[in-house]
Amino acid sequence: MTTLASEPAARPAATPEVTPDVVAQLRARFGPAIIARQATAEDFPVLWIAPDAAPAIHQFLKTEIAEPYPLLADLWCIDETARQHREGQPASGVTLCIHLVSLARNRDIRLKTACTADDPRAVSIAGVFPNADWYEREAFDMFGVRFDGRGSHHRILMPPTWQGHPLRKSHYARATEQAPFRMTPEYFAAEEKAATFSPEEHGLPTHRDGVELMTLNFGPHHPSTHGVFKIVLGLDGEEVVWAAPDIGYHHRGAEKMAERQTWHGFIPYCDRIDYLGGVMSELPYLMAVERLCGITVPARAQIIRVMLCEFFRITNHLLFYGTMAQDVGQMSPVFYMFTDRERAHRIMEAITGARMHPAFFRIGGVAMDLPPGWDVQVREFLDWMPKRLDDYETMVLESGLFKARTIGVGEFDTATALDWGTTGPQLRATGCDWDWRKKRPYGGYDQFEFDVPTGARGDIYDRTRVRVAEMRESLRIIRQCLDHMPGGAIKADHPLAMPPPREAMRHDIETLIQHFVSVSRGLDVPAGEATGQVETHRGLAQYAIVSDGGPSSYRTRIRTPSFAHLQLLPLVAKGLSVADLVAYIASIDFVMSDVDR
Amino acid sequence: MSGWLVILASAVLIAGLLVAAGVFTWVERRLLGFLQERLGPNRVGPFGFLQWVADTVKLLTKEDAPPEGADVIAFRLAPALAALPILAGFGVVAFGDGLAIAPLDMGVVFATAMLALTVYALVLGAWASRNRYALLGGLRAAAQMIAYEAFLGLSLMGVVLIAGSFAMADIVAAQKGAWFILVQPLGAVLFFIASLAAAHRLPFDLQESETDLVAGFMTEYSGMSFALFFLGEYVAILLVSALAVTLFLGGWLGPWLPGPVWFGLKVGAVALLFIWVRAALPRPRYDQLIAFAWKLALPLALLNLLLTGWVVVA
Repeated sequence: MTTLASEPAARPAATPEVTPDVVAQLRARFGPAIIARQATAEDFPVLWIAPDAAPAIHQFLKTEIAEPYPLLADLWCIDETARQHREGQPASGVTLCIHLVSLARNRDIRLKTACTADDPRAVSIAGVFPNADWYEREAFDMFGVRFDGRGSHHRILMPPTWQGHPLRKSHYARATEQAPFRMTPEYFAAEEKAATFSPEEHGLPTHRDGVELMTLNFGPHHPSTHGVFKIVLGLDGEEVVWAAPDIGYHHRGAEKMAERQTWHGFIPYCDRIDYLGGVMSELPYLMAVERLCGITVPARAQIIRVMLCEFFRITNHLLFYGTMAQDVGQMSPVFYMFTDRERAHRIMEAITGARMHPAFFRIGGVAMDLPPGWDVQVREFLDWMPKRLDDYETMVLESGLFKARTIGVGEFDTATALDWGTTGPQLRATGCDWDWRKKRPYGGYDQFEFDVPTGARGDIYDRTRVRVAEMRESLRIIRQCLDHMPGGAIKADHPLAMPPPREAMRHDIETLIQHFVSVSRGLDVPAGEATGQVETHRGLAQYAIVSDGGPSSYRTRIRTPSFAHLQLLPLVAKGLSVADLVAYIASIDFVMSDVDR
Repeated sequence: MSGWLVILASAVLIAGLLVAAGVFTWVERRLLGFLQERLGPNRVGPFGFLQWVADTVKLLTKEDAPPEGADVIAFRLAPALAALPILAGFGVVAFGDGLAIAPLDMGVVFATAMLALTVYALVLGAWASRNRYALLGGLRAAAQMIAYEAFLGLSLMGVVLIAGSFAMADIVAAQKGAWFILVQPLGAVLFFIASLAAAHRLPFDLQESETDLVAGFMTEYSGMSFALFFLGEYVAILLVSALAVTLFLGGWLGPWLPGPVWFGLKVGAVALLFIWVRAALPRPRYDQLIAFAWKLALPLALLNLLLTGWVVVA
């Protein structure tokens, strides 16, 4: 135990400075507004900037600098009030973090702004990055940060009647810390009143050309909103004049839960962030934790991870494909695709013991080795799928009615996609070949041969086509996993990899004690900040974690692709008919748990 | 036929149609299951055959409440209007030689008129429900019905021209040599497309398109009121199938077997086609559908009529 508590784990060797010019350029341009550069284990610069200079700096990074940063990947806050280890960082009560990605440089940058704890204020950058809007609303909702330059501060995930800001350290974490809940008539009436949507309040018109618009509550329970998602529509006949999405019905406070679970104990929660993604969203979390601990994952574990992730990519794309066809009224494909998913889930079950939420990855590896006979099952699947995909091509993609419904509908270009933080197949459908697996091969993806399919028009049809092509690429990757599965350990030989190998545990008492502590109290992860990014089937999933040296996370920020993608909806929905809106919603391929977390 | 006999025959026919519609729902669900790599209802009775009985009992015992603020009288009237005209339309159908309850001279016109009447049920039900999804469904139903009635009527005029009569029995008798599907292939295709719309079946079920309108005009209906709409839809499939068989497939004509048996077999085959189409096709958008009706189907039907007229006169 002593080895763990006192000795900080080795950090990975500092990566060579990859963008020497961006920090220098910023310093040259903004001088004292660049307050400090924070030392982290990340491979991108983390800068503290003066709050007032934020819009100018972001504008500079987005448009003025050579090889700009057009993608605002994430914006979030850290409540610093209870944090012990902040060596080298400027004083701050609530820190606003903004993560930008440059496609041209293939590099990131993170900018931090300090706010006071009692009345956190920052300057809005929604004028520069339009998708900052929802993130700023979330920052207000969760931390109470107010943004100068914003017209209004509406809550986004919590109900409008909520008291307090849940992700503040002062806010309670469990319902049992409160007085028992009572549903009184007054409470009910107040909630009803708060839930009534008024277009005027949101600055939306009630008339167009003298014609009164019909307001239609589309959801939260509607067969085509793919979960509890509400869109209020302003309709002129069947044409959507405006759409106002309302999210938060699936919010479970996963980021708050991360602060009370052990590092290891949070893994099963990751599965449920995107509840269809299975092991996929465990990966970015573990990549972040492993970076913080300095753990290198053995080759066999890496390839097992890659294989399982690709299986989940296929099951997800199949579900998308089926529901896409269903949402334009084609009834049968979804049933065929479910039988295929069933085959994949049976393999999942054989390997991990669970079908949907395996919680199979571990810090430093995976939970179990592959079972005997896994290769037979995987090979059967690989031989089965391609001809099924051919069938679906005839049935769906080549169907004249499907084309009539999807080509040229709900389209947007690459610039719009990046402006609104769109990643994944939707971005690639616009013709941009950005795929984290290819551009920044993580977790062993550099060893695989695969292509990144792209579209051209960025419409619903292209999105479908890109995903279908991706399934074939995933099959290629799985075939390579099957043919070249390396031998060796499935877990890193590292004191922080949990749980320790059973043989070692039986051998010496120190390891046994470590095992005991790891399952009862949880092991301490060295203090610091780290980020994990993966390309999920939906787009960029990014976990930004802050450790304060304790057995659980100090702050876990979960950036999900679905949240970003829904924000674009009002823009695309304008002018569509209700039926096309449904097709567009299906083509976003979101899961509400992934939006609300 | 004497008055009492007509009433008795009608009662038998209606009872038979109700059972047939019930059985047809079971056939559809089993066949769809078969087409979609799944089982379909197979628990109640042998091969799940009694599923439709269980469903009827369930629907009869379910609560059937009009929503708050609905126009209760219209709300109650609409389901009846959905089922009754279709049942009445069967009165003119010739099941065999001389086997029709009301062998009207204008039989074909009467049957299509009865089919067209159901749109009042949909619009009335939609309006009475005081639900916005229902309202959108009702509007679609009205627009679609106008668009499709036009070429439904025109597509069968070619047959009428050749047979020289609107009476079902005469039309069947005129097909002794060759079925009209061979003489009027374009008319037959157009009629089939229009009959999909007349029976509100996918891909022309926009008025209840569940993906965007939840259940369209019948969103607010439950229990027996819902069942009547449902019944109307399935009896309508049988009626348009019977019309298709009479107009294009030689009605009761056929070797060896008695006429009514042939008629039943043919109607069943055409009805299965409806199920197959439902399993295979996506749903076009509302404006695409209307454009198809006015810009393509209607001119084609007119052309067909013109050519047929020219041939008949020449």
